[in-house]
Amino acid sequence: MAFEIFTFSFMHRAIISGIAIAILCSVVGLFLVLRRYSLFGDAIAHSSFGGIALGLMSGIYPLWTAYGVSIVSALIITRIKDRFNISGDASIAVLLSSGIAVGLVIIGLSGGFTLDIFSFLFGSILLVSVNDTILILLLTGIILIVILLLYRQLLYSTFNEEQAKVSGVPVEKINYLIVFMAGITVVTSIQLVGVLLISALFVIPNVTAIMYGRGFKQTAIISMSFSIFSVVAGILVSYLFDITPAGTIVLIAIGIFGCTIGIKSAGLLSRHH
Amino acid sequence: MLKVVEIEHLTIQYPDVKAIDDVSFTVNQGDFLGIIGPNGAGKSTLFAAMLGLNTKYKGTIKFFGTDIRKSKNHLKEIGYVPQKPIFEKNFPATVNDVVKMGLQKESDENKIDEILQQLWIHELSERRIGELSGGQQQRVFIAKALVNNPKVLILDEPVTGIDQQSIDLFYSILKELNSKQNITIIWSSHDLDAVNKLANHVACLNRTLFFHGESDDFFKNDDLVKQYSEASMQEHMHHH
Ligand SMILES: Nc1ncnc2c1ncn2[C@@H]1O[C@H](COP(=O)(O)OP(=O)(O)OP(=O)(O)O)[C@@H](O)[C@H]1O
Ligand SMILES: [Mg+2]
Repeated sequence: MAFEIFTFSFMHRAIISGIAIAILCSVVGLFLVLRRYSLFGDAIAHSSFGGIALGLMSGIYPLWTAYGVSIVSALIITRIKDRFNISGDASIAVLLSSGIAVGLVIIGLSGGFTLDIFSFLFGSILLVSVNDTILILLLTGIILIVILLLYRQLLYSTFNEEQAKVSGVPVEKINYLIVFMAGITVVTSIQLVGVLLISALFVIPNVTAIMYGRGFKQTAIISMSFSIFSVVAGILVSYLFDITPAGTIVLIAIGIFGCTIGIKSAGLLSRHH
Repeated sequence: MLKVVEIEHLTIQYPDVKAIDDVSFTVNQGDFLGIIGPNGAGKSTLFAAMLGLNTKYKGTIKFFGTDIRKSKNHLKEIGYVPQKPIFEKNFPATVNDVVKMGLQKESDENKIDEILQQLWIHELSERRIGELSGGQQQRVFIAKALVNNPKVLILDEPVTGIDQQSIDLFYSILKELNSKQNITIIWSSHDLDAVNKLANHVACLNRTLFFHGESDDFFKNDDLVKQYSEASMQEHMHHH
């Protein structure tokens, strides 16, 4: 019975895209968390809600409009934030609420909520098509390659912007690159956990991994492992018990975080002897 | 003699204060320049302009004969140790990770071990940066500054809050870098005794430049020494 689920090819697609998204969210999320920008993923997700509504209304495939609206609005808010010295958390609040507001108005104009909106809000990983899977794998591959190529610059400007600048790192361009990659990652991941729970995948595996890892690469690998485990286990468990995958995935990630807190406070975890 | 830095009529105005007022001086290759001045004298402000972090200044700053407004190439030749390295306390980076950030060419990775040995921190290489003591962290940031074989080392008052033993070790490392590897050092400090022992040139800065020249000439001038040793203790030289 338990093995039967692997024979369904929709399950293969779900797990393959789930793993790709898990890796993507944990890596991109690690840079955001370390920049004290944890909720930025959430803000982009909410602005993608506006994009999705726009797509549903205009008849364009909603994910495309979501990519466009999220990335453009994330870049604009970053520009405004830098230009007018607005704090990170306030700029997140602006982006987050304007996305939802635009979405609600568009939905209102086009005659109320439909079923489609719900699948974007809460994810629909079991419905990913072959084309979706290919797109997810492609984007994951491209972003990972970019991160590997610019690894030093990304890490350095996250560690300390000023010193990175003095070392000749083009810090501003790198910041926009991170925002751009976060935009792509969020919209790509909407299919897995939906708009409402995206930031869980960005943040929870990373805050957990930071408690274990010493160096950066080690922390990134630990985070990816937690993330992949949560996603795969979440998909399987939710299928077996017929519950929502998005919620299950996030609860498993939170479970790992909770265990880590427990181990830490019991004093069992020490990074060195 | 090769001129490493030429500063001409540098003026830096913040909204409320003129932090640097018409300062001009030259640093030659092999100089070990101690810049002294009380809190708020403009030392960090001067460095920020030299490092391209603040471009809102009047006057010219040249490195190796080239105006830094025209080219940022000078940054490749500079190692910089900030006054207070700021980073997230639980940032997951080891000492090795941090030093590697400074490395411009991946090919030089064994240079990292060499530098860590030289600064007596090779045993810490796999420790997290945030878990080290202030003195250890400072040596890590010097290692990061040195890993590209810079021709110039700029240090902004780097010994605040560090025990005497670490300071002595740090000073002997600086002396060696300057005398054996001929690295030009520009160093701001409150510690006149240390400047006397280490530096071969002295600049007294307090918004304007009160003195710039050979270290011996400075320490022969009792009036200046007296003024500046008091100035670095209290702030009565301060007149904005
Ligand atoms: N970013 C800034 N904006 C406005 N004013 C500033 C700024 N940075 C420094 N100042 C002012 O410029 C003056 C010089 O400050 P600076 O930090 O360069 O002094 P300093 O010599 O490095 O002092 P310290 O020994 O305390 O490090 C001070 O009056 C300070 O208040
Ligand atoms: Mg200073």
